[in-house]
Amino acid sequence: MSAPAVASLSCPQCGAAIELRTLDQAQSVVCSSCGSILDARDPNLALIQGFAAKQKFTPQIPLGTRGTLKGEKWEVVGYQVRSITVDGTSYYWDEYLLFNPYKGFRYLTQYDGHWNDVQVVKAVPAETRSGGRPVVTLYGETFKHFQTATATTEFVLGEFPWQVRVGDQAETRDFVAPPRMLSEERTPEETTWSLGTYMTGSQVWTAFALPGKAPRARGVFANQPSDYLPRAGSLVKRYVLFAAILIVLGALRLITASRETVFDTDSKFFKPGALADSLAFVTPTFQVKGRTANLEVTTEAQVDNGWAYFDYALVNEATGQTYEFGREVSYYYGRDSDGNWSEGSRRDRAVLPSIPAGPYFLRVLPEAQVPTDFLEYRILVRRDVPILFPYLAGLLVLIVPPVFMALRAWGMESARWKESDYAPSDDDDDDD
Amino acid sequence: MTARTAACPNCGATIEFRWSGAVQTVCPYCKAVLVRRDLDLEKVGMVSDLPPTASPIQLGTEGKFDGDAFVVVGRIVYQYERGGWNEWHLRTMRGASAWLSDAQGDLAISTLAKNAGALPAADALQVGQSYTIDDTRFRVASLTRARYAGVEGELPFTTWDRSEALFADLDTEGTGDRLRFATIDYSDDAPVAYVGTYVELEQLAARNLRRFEGW
Repeated sequence: MSAPAVASLSCPQCGAAIELRTLDQAQSVVCSSCGSILDARDPNLALIQGFAAKQKFTPQIPLGTRGTLKGEKWEVVGYQVRSITVDGTSYYWDEYLLFNPYKGFRYLTQYDGHWNDVQVVKAVPAETRSGGRPVVTLYGETFKHFQTATATTEFVLGEFPWQVRVGDQAETRDFVAPPRMLSEERTPEETTWSLGTYMTGSQVWTAFALPGKAPRARGVFANQPSDYLPRAGSLVKRYVLFAAILIVLGALRLITASRETVFDTDSKFFKPGALADSLAFVTPTFQVKGRTANLEVTTEAQVDNGWAYFDYALVNEATGQTYEFGREVSYYYGRDSDGNWSEGSRRDRAVLPSIPAGPYFLRVLPEAQVPTDFLEYRILVRRDVPILFPYLAGLLVLIVPPVFMALRAWGMESARWKESDYAPSDDDDDDD
Repeated sequence: MTARTAACPNCGATIEFRWSGAVQTVCPYCKAVLVRRDLDLEKVGMVSDLPPTASPIQLGTEGKFDGDAFVVVGRIVYQYERGGWNEWHLRTMRGASAWLSDAQGDLAISTLAKNAGALPAADALQVGQSYTIDDTRFRVASLTRARYAGVEGELPFTTWDRSEALFADLDTEGTGDRLRFATIDYSDDAPVAYVGTYVELEQLAARNLRRFEGW
């Protein structure tokens, strides 16, 4: 045999039909027609309060709608609009009271498109302070204080397991650990703690099969989970891994590079003032052995406040393959009001990538402008030298995504806490 | 448990006892309040029909708690100025009484305290006082004067001769863990302490629950 789930009554004030969905659990019921708040326990439905709301509100989820939350069926039986006033501005939010005879009551709250699935907790959180702010711990999870306010009931509809009145006030304290929020409500009669879990509007729309689309959420809500924080965290982890790999590879390269000298002019001189034809020369042939590797040509010229320019061609004697390149060495120094200064270097390094083994010679055409008659120079060719630039560039490029994500995470957290009691002062805001 | 039967002295219907030790019961047919006198039942009053309840529990609901099977044999409905609750009387297979309270869908099971120590007299009670009951420090959170709004089924004491009861609700300090609570019942001459924990219906593996249309 199944018992009726609804009691049908009529409003003693206006005669309209009233349905009681929570039966003896209801303490007060609001006539949907005249807005009178009635004593649900009284067989005559005595008046508790006549219509007293300053404004009428329409719930987004109509009373009587059934939905499924976390696999359990719930029916909307009550709706209230409550407000808090901060710095002279009132903020309104919706609270839907849900009922299932086998599960009891549950709440859904809505503010600016942000939803929370809320249940009363049958425990008292432990309270301490951290960093000058209150923190509470429940079942091992720590929540940070977000806001203390006075909540005022502005509008009611449906039925409630307590005696509800427009104008009811409760001291509220909210603590957050996204996606959860722990809220304390204190009245002279009792203190209640409830635990909310963030839901998106579209999750609510799906749960209650509501028509259309859920209104877009605005801003960042107190316990809205951050996508950015975990993503920044995993990007940082990935970066650390990549950086470690790059450093290991770079270190391996430093250790294994042979740096073999294949040619060295030692100290030589040329006459900068001479005709170009007489200055051009070719080096003896030198053997480049081993696997294809880079070739480093170091040009040293003992220039003093002058420059030298070396026009090079590296020629593979066997294949005729020619690599042409020019290098400039310049070094200037002096003294001015700021003290000693210098610019440039007497040594230049050029690296030719991927030079296959073979017999090579260099064709060199030096020229220079120096205050001396002779210029001492040296050309040194080594193969397989370590180049660390790609590793360092890799480290720099790869750090961009985690830094970018961390900035977004920081942006979301600051938007979250801007709405709290711990918002930066107005002076700080003006600096933005 | 052996079911015993007796005839209702008011309407003659056969009354089946779920619990042989019941002191008071209500005839499910004529709503006469019956009190056991030796082997006979004496009608001591009448109760009006209880309003339809949204509680999932009913007489005959069976379940298990703390490794002990129970059956719901009776119910007291209490009301006070800000609300009301059902107190379901459980008889366990080990032969003890326990109470399953249902207040706005919050279920809790309480049993007689084993070691209540010296309990304060009703007129000495004050919110904020602490008492050690069953090795746990409890604090008086609120005092509730409730009236007996209705009874059904088998009870371990009589209620027909009572109209009001004073309860002291005690809780533990905020520990961040599941709440234990205690109640001191001042219905009798000597205060009696109960210690309880909140439970979920699915924890009780309950059978024979009340069915609601459409749920």
